[in-house]
Amino acid sequence: MDYATVLQILDSAMRLTAPLLLACLAGLWSERAGVFDIGLEGKMLIAAFAAAAVAAVTGSVWVGLAAGIGASLALAAVHALASITFRGNQLISGVAINFLASGLTVLLGQSWFGLGGRTPSLEGAARAAPITLPGAEGVRGVPVIGPLYADVLSGHTPLVYLALALVPATWWVLFRTRFGLRLRAVGENPASVDTAGVSVVRLRWAAVLIAGVLCGLAGAYLATGLSAGFVKEMTAGRGYIALAALIFANWRPWRALGATFLFGLMEAVANRFPSLDLGPVTVPSMFMTALPYILTVIILAGFIGRATPPRAGGEPYVKER
Amino acid sequence: MTRLPRWADLVLTPLISLALAFAISALVILAIGQSPWMALKTMVTGALGSSYGWGYTLYYATNFVFTGLAVAVAYHAGLFNIGGEGQAALGGLGVALVCLALPWPHWALALPAAMIGGAAFGALWALIPAWLQAKRGSHIVITTIMFNFIAAATLNYVLVNLMRPVGSMDPATARFPAGTVLPRLTDMAAAVGIEWGKATPANVSFLVALAACGLVWALIWRSRLGYEIRAFGKSERAARYAGIPPARITIVAMLISGGLAGLMAINNVMGESGRLVLNSVEGAGFIGIAVALMGRNHPLGILLAALLFGFLYQGGGELALFTAIPRELIVVIQALVILFTGALDNMVRMLIAPLFARRGTP
Amino acid sequence: MGLTATAAAGAPAAAPFAIELRGISKAFGPVQANRDIALAVPRGTIHGIVGENGAGKSTLMSILYGFYRPDAGTILIDGRAVAIRDSQAAIRAGIGMVFQHFKLVPNFTVLENVILGAEDGALLAPSLSRARSELRRLAAEYRLDVDPDAVVGDLSVGHQQRVEILKALHRHARVLILDEPTGVLTPAEADHLFRILRGLREQGTTVVLITHKLREIMEITDNVSVMRRGEMVATRPTAATTPESLAELMVGRKVLLRVDKAPARPGPPVLELSGLRMVDADGVERLRGIDLTVRAGEILGVAGVSGNGQTQLMEILGGYAEPGATVTGRAALKGAALPLAGADAAQRRRAGIGNIPEDRQAEGLVMDFAAWENMVFGHHRDPEYQSGPVMDHAAIRARTARLMAQFDVRPPLGDLAARNFSGGNQQKIVVAREIEENPALLLVGQPTRGVDIGAIEFIHRRLIELRDAGCAILLVSVELDEIMALSDRIAVMFDGRIMGERMPDAATAGELGLMMAGAAAS
Repeated sequence: MDYATVLQILDSAMRLTAPLLLACLAGLWSERAGVFDIGLEGKMLIAAFAAAAVAAVTGSVWVGLAAGIGASLALAAVHALASITFRGNQLISGVAINFLASGLTVLLGQSWFGLGGRTPSLEGAARAAPITLPGAEGVRGVPVIGPLYADVLSGHTPLVYLALALVPATWWVLFRTRFGLRLRAVGENPASVDTAGVSVVRLRWAAVLIAGVLCGLAGAYLATGLSAGFVKEMTAGRGYIALAALIFANWRPWRALGATFLFGLMEAVANRFPSLDLGPVTVPSMFMTALPYILTVIILAGFIGRATPPRAGGEPYVKER
Repeated sequence: MTRLPRWADLVLTPLISLALAFAISALVILAIGQSPWMALKTMVTGALGSSYGWGYTLYYATNFVFTGLAVAVAYHAGLFNIGGEGQAALGGLGVALVCLALPWPHWALALPAAMIGGAAFGALWALIPAWLQAKRGSHIVITTIMFNFIAAATLNYVLVNLMRPVGSMDPATARFPAGTVLPRLTDMAAAVGIEWGKATPANVSFLVALAACGLVWALIWRSRLGYEIRAFGKSERAARYAGIPPARITIVAMLISGGLAGLMAINNVMGESGRLVLNSVEGAGFIGIAVALMGRNHPLGILLAALLFGFLYQGGGELALFTAIPRELIVVIQALVILFTGALDNMVRMLIAPLFARRGTP
Repeated sequence: MGLTATAAAGAPAAAPFAIELRGISKAFGPVQANRDIALAVPRGTIHGIVGENGAGKSTLMSILYGFYRPDAGTILIDGRAVAIRDSQAAIRAGIGMVFQHFKLVPNFTVLENVILGAEDGALLAPSLSRARSELRRLAAEYRLDVDPDAVVGDLSVGHQQRVEILKALHRHARVLILDEPTGVLTPAEADHLFRILRGLREQGTTVVLITHKLREIMEITDNVSVMRRGEMVATRPTAATTPESLAELMVGRKVLLRVDKAPARPGPPVLELSGLRMVDADGVERLRGIDLTVRAGEILGVAGVSGNGQTQLMEILGGYAEPGATVTGRAALKGAALPLAGADAAQRRRAGIGNIPEDRQAEGLVMDFAAWENMVFGHHRDPEYQSGPVMDHAAIRARTARLMAQFDVRPPLGDLAARNFSGGNQQKIVVAREIEENPALLLVGQPTRGVDIGAIEFIHRRLIELRDAGCAILLVSVELDEIMALSDRIAVMFDGRIMGERMPDAATAGELGLMMAGAAAS
C-alpha cells in the first residue's frame, strides 16, 4: 500500500468519522444525564432527510442544516416527553423513534418528491462546501507531513471541523462548568440534584435536547456533506455504531473521538478494499462491516476493559417519599 | 402512578394507544394531501375484503405471532429482547440447512425437522447475549441490537460465499426440494370443499403459530418454569430468596425467546419463498416488539395484535398499489403503537384515569 | 442553658422559635398522613421527633423540605411565615436535611458533592476553591473532618453522613433535620455524630432529630415531640419524660414490653455453626468466625446494629449468599453437615430451613404476584403443588384460603396482589407460608419492621407457639426490645463476630448496648 492510498483512506476516514462522532457525542450528553438513547439512528435519519429536502427546495445548505436540527429536535422532544416527563421506558421510546423516522422519511419523501424516498440531488449552494485550511497549498510540498495536512486535515466541510471542536467543548462543559456538574450528577444519582433544589426534569430535558441538536448536525452532514442528497435508510446503522462507540469510549468525550475514528477508519478500509487480502487469509467485507458490533460485544462482555455506564441510566426519576 | 382497574389496563390502554396512533397517522396522511378515509377503505378492502386479502393478512400475522411471542417470553423474565430480527434471520438459516440437507419425501417429515432447525438456530443466536447478560452483566438490549447487525453480516456472507448455487448471481440459496413445500391454507380449504385464499402464501405454519400461542400461555401461566420466569422478571432479589437461579432463568427464557423467533422461518422461508434470500425477515422481528406491547405480553393479546399488524401489512401493500400513499405508512403506525403502548403508556393511563376516578377507585 | 439564651437573644424577641408549624395537614388520597400538626422548635436546641413507622414523621419533614405541599397550615421560620414550594425554597429558608438514604453522587469527590446545587457561578473552579477553604474551617469548628478530595463512594457510611452535614452547612443551614441518622452507624460513629450535633447546637444551629430509638432521644435531645397516626400527640422537655411514657404515647396505650411465654424446654441442637467466615465480592470480610448453636424449642436472638454481618449470616443460612462471596466454616443441621458454599435456597428449604427474610417487599414476596401465588413462593417446587406438567392452582388456592383464615390476613382475598396489602398483612402472608411448612429451623429477620402493633403481637405469639412445638428459631432484629422479649438466649453481633451470649433475664439493655458497640463480653 503506497502513501497516496494511506492518505486517501485517512481522508475518507475523517469524513466517515464526523457523523459517528457527532452522534456519539449526542449519546454521551443524553446518557451522562441518565437517559438512554437508542434513538440516535432515527434522529440522524430524520435530520438527514429534513436537511436534504429543505436544502433541495431552498437551495441553501444552511437553511437545510437548520431544518435538520429542527427535525431531530422534534424527535428528541418526543423522547424527552416519553422518558422524562411521563417516565416511560427509555429503550422502547428509542426503538419507536427509530421506526418513526424510518417510516416518515420515506412517506414524506415519496409524497413530496416522488423519487422512491430519495430527495433530488443537491448541487451548488445546497451542498456543504469544503474549507481549505490556511496554508494547505503552501505546505503540500513538504514531505510526509505536507500531504497529510493538505489532503487529510484540510478540505472538509465545516461540520467536520465543528465535530472535532465539539470534543473539547463537550469535555469542558461537562467537567468544568456548573451545568456539567449537575448534568453528570443527574445521571449518577438524580436524588442528589433534586434535594439540592435543582430540577431533575429540566436538566434531563436539556441534555436530551442537546443530543437532538448534535444528531441534527450528524444527519445534516450525512445528507449535505458526505452525500449529495437523501436516500432511504441512508444512516445505515450509524446511530447504532455511534452507540457502540459510546460504550467503547466508556462515556468519555476524548475517548469518543478515538472510538469513532477507529470505526470510521474501519469503514474507510472496508470501502477501499471490499475484501481485504492479508496473504494467507482474505477478510470478507461483511466481517469489516460487522467488526464494530463484534468489538462492542467484546467490550460489553468485559473481556477487554470494562464499560461502566452512568449509574442512574435508564431509570426514570421518581421522588422518594 | 395512576392505578386503573385491571381490565382497563389490559384492554382499554392498548385500544386508546391504537386510536392515538391511528389519529396521528391520519394527520400525517392529511399532511401529504391524501384522504385518511380513502386510505382506511383501501386497506380494509385490500386486507379483509377478499379471501385473497385475508390469506396475506394471515400469512403476515403468522410471522408476527412468532416474533411477538418471542418478545413476550423474554419480557416476562424482565429482559427486553430486541434481537428478534437477527434470531429470525438465523432461524431462516437453520430451516434452509435442514430443508437442503435431505431429499425430503414429505412435508410432514420436513416440517418438524425444519422447526427444530429454525428454533435451534434462533435459540443459539440468543444464547450469546443471554449468557453475557447472565454471567457478565452485559446489557441485553445493546448486545441483542449488536447481534442483529452481526446476523445480517453473517447471512450476507453465508449466502454470497457459501450457499449460493454455482453460477447464480442472486445472494440466495438453491430452491428447497419439492418434499419441503408446505400445504397452503388454500389447499387445506379446498380439501374440505371451500374455495379460499387463492394464490396466497398463508400456510400450515399459521396453525403452528396458534399452537405456539397455546403452549406459551401454558408455559407462562401454568408451568413451574413460567412461574419462576415471572417471579424473576418482577424481582431478581426475591427470586434468589426463593431459590430460583437468575442465570439459568435468564438463559432459558432467552433460549425460548430466540427459539420462537427462529420458528418464524418455517412460515416465510419454508412456507413462502421456498429458499433463503437476503433480508428474509423484513422487519418482522421488530414488529414483534409492537405486537407484544400491544398484546400486553399475553398470547391471546399477541394473536389479536399480530392479526392487526398482519392487516396493516397487507393493507399497507395495497395502499402502495392503489393510492399515492407509500407502504411505509405502516412503519409509522407501528412506531406510534410502540411509542404509545410502550413508552407513553403512563400518559395514556393518565388520559383515561379521570373516567375511573369519578366512580371511585377501589 | 446559657448558650441557648445567647442564640435566642440574637433574634427578634417576638420569634423565639426556629421552626413553628401551625395546623399542617396532608392527605394522600384517603390516607391522612398529617392531621392538624402544631410544632414549635426553640432556636439552638436539639428537638427529637419520635413515632412508629407510618406515624407521619417523614411526611412532615418532606413538607418542611418542600417535597410536598401541605393541604392546610402555615410554616413559620424565625417567626416569619414562608411558603416552601420546593427544596430550593427550603434551602433559602435555612433548612438543611440529612436523609436516611444519602443523596450523594458516589463517583464525585467530597468537594464536588458539597458544591452541587450551591455553586457560586457558571464555572466550577471558584466554587471548588471557596468550598475547600470553608470545609477546612468547618472541620476545625465541628470535628467534621473529611478529605475534600476523596471520592465519596470510597468513604465509610459515617463519613458519607458527615459529607451530608457539610453539604447542609455549606448552604448556611440554620436548622438541620436528620432522619433516622444512626440506623446505619456503628455505636462509635453514632457517638461521634452526637458530639458533632452538640457542637452545632453550641454555635446556635437548631437540630431536629427523627428517630424511633428512645435511648437516643433521652441521650441528646432538649425537647421531644411524639407523633401517632398522623397527629402530634405530645411535646415535652426531655428531662421531664421517660422512655416508658414516650413509648406509651407512641402507641397510644401501655406497651407490653414482655411477651407471655413459658420457659423454653430446649431439645437437641438443630443448627450448629463453627468458624463461619464470609468475604464478599469486594474482598471485605463480613463474617469473621461465627460459632452458634440453636436448639430445638428455643429462640436464639441475635442483637446488633444493622450492618454488622447479620444480613450475610441469614443469607448464607437461607442459601442465597451474595454472588461472588467466599464462605468458609462448618455447619450442621440436625447433626448432618450443611454445605455452606454453592448451596441454593431451594436445597435449604428441602433440608427443613424456613426463612422469614429481613426485607419482605424485596425478597419475601413478589409484590406484583397475587397473594395465592406468594403463598407458595419458594415452596412452589413441592410435589403437592404440581399436577402433571403444570402447577396445581386449585391446591395452592385452597392452601391460601386456609392460611389466610388461620393467620387472619386482611382482606382475605387470594387474588389481591401482595402490594395491595398493608405491611402487617404482607408480613402475615410470609409468616404463614414459612410456619406452615413446619421447618426444623426458622430464620427470622426483622419480623416486625414496619408492622402495626396488633400484627406485631400476633406474629410474636405465632413464633412462640412454633418454638413450643419444637422448632429452632434464629431471630435477628435491630430492635433490642424485641430481642429481649422473644429470645431464650441472646447473642450479640458486632463487626462480623459474636461478642458473647446472655440470658435475657440476666442481661440489661445497657450491657447489651456495650456489647453491640464492640465492647468485649466480661
